[in-house]
Amino acid sequence: MILKKTRRSLMIVMTKDTMQIVREQDVVPFRNRVRELSTKIGMSLVNQTKLITAASELVRNMLKYANGGKVMLETVSKNAQSGIRLIFMDQGPGITNVQQAMQDGFSTGKSLGLGLPGAKRLVNEFDINSIPGEGTTVTIIHWKHGR
Amino acid sequence: MNKIAQLLQNNKKQILESWMQNQLADASLRDDLISNEELRRQSDELISGLARATSSGNMDNIYTPEYEPVVEILSDISITRARQGFSPRETGMYVLSLKQAISTVLEEKYSEQPEVLYKELITTHKLLDNLSMVTFDTFIKGREEVILRQTDEINEISTPVIRVWEGILALPIIGTLDSARTQIVMENLLEEIVNTGSSIAILDISGVPAVDSLVAQHLIKTVSATRLMGAECIISGIRAEIAQTIVHLGIDLSNIKTKASLASALQLAFSMRSVEVRKINKNTGFSLTR
Ligand SMILES: Nc1ncnc2c1ncn2[C@@H]1O[C@H](COP(=O)(O)OP(=O)(O)OP(=O)(O)O)[C@@H](O)[C@H]1O
Ligand SMILES: [Mg+2]
Repeated sequence: MILKKTRRSLMIVMTKDTMQIVREQDVVPFRNRVRELSTKIGMSLVNQTKLITAASELVRNMLKYANGGKVMLETVSKNAQSGIRLIFMDQGPGITNVQQAMQDGFSTGKSLGLGLPGAKRLVNEFDINSIPGEGTTVTIIHWKHGR
Repeated sequence: MNKIAQLLQNNKKQILESWMQNQLADASLRDDLISNEELRRQSDELISGLARATSSGNMDNIYTPEYEPVVEILSDISITRARQGFSPRETGMYVLSLKQAISTVLEEKYSEQPEVLYKELITTHKLLDNLSMVTFDTFIKGREEVILRQTDEINEISTPVIRVWEGILALPIIGTLDSARTQIVMENLLEEIVNTGSSIAILDISGVPAVDSLVAQHLIKTVSATRLMGAECIISGIRAEIAQTIVHLGIDLSNIKTKASLASALQLAFSMRSVEVRKINKNTGFSLTR
């Protein structure tokens, strides 16, 4: 039997960093850090702005609904393409109906309800995991040459 | 009574002298920021407070009523020093040099009883290390206060309302538009609309790094408030990357007049006020006619 070598795309984490988000004042330094990282890997201005805006939405949700949390900032590489992965983790109330929260215009905070669905449209990969009573984790990835 | 309290009471003068010497010997202490008398007064007060606190027998928990006066004096000194622009080193040295002074006196007194000396030294060091933590905590708090105050000041000065033409106001926004900032922008703008009787306001966001849903909401609110005052609002300075982001995010700005540049917003404002801008002969410059 001949073993076929399969080329599985493996994601490699190149750098890793964590930031605590506990108050409004933490948003700007956080966004600047994201900008710094994405500039470093040579991301275009449009893609940078998309990533930063999505990150901004998620970090604001964390502050507004979960009293803060932390973000892991990573530069990753897959199939010779580099990108930024951000993992937002909070220990807030969680979201009971994620599907509903992901809809345009749904908000429990008398807001536009565009944060989550908008963030999903802005970045290449979006994953949300929420357990009511335990917290919410949102992971986004934006590639250097994202759409 | 325990040994430290006794020592602080009986040898107060000696400790104070040695402490003052330590403090003044520290070359980094800025005598332009604090006078010798003031320093002596503070130090005297602190030793007395410490003598009273330690006489209770409590040598490790500084978060008790008997230590309150000591912690208060220390916090006071640290906050004051932070505001006056002392370095963390200068502030930290204050307590750390007291540790030295007490240790020296202890060493003299118990040189014959090494076991007692060792025990008392450990206790003293622990206590003063705890107190130096208080200094750092409050020092940082003091600095943060300064930063917050500066932030407020920056917010105030960075939102000027400019009268560009009769009836036309321009408001360049630079930096992040958070809730507090929006409030100031809105207040300044509405006030100026009333004062000048302007009918058009241009909000220029060239200097806003990112427009997320919160910023967008703030912009929409400002526009609505302007309209309620009977004026029209134009948002200018929407860069290409910002435009794309706004579309992906799903924010609807179709009810708002938007322009890519301040120049085109001005042009629109002029035409709304029936003002014409045209070149005069021989390229000698521009002339504005009404
Ligand atoms: N980290 C979180 N923890 C708990 N609930 C959350 C969290 N993030 C979002 N939610 C819930 O999901 C809803 C939708 O979030 P989304 O960001 O889309 O809208 P919004 O924050 O209400 O409004 P906008 O972001 O447009 O200002 C929120 O109203 C809130 O109920
Ligand atoms: Mg939101």
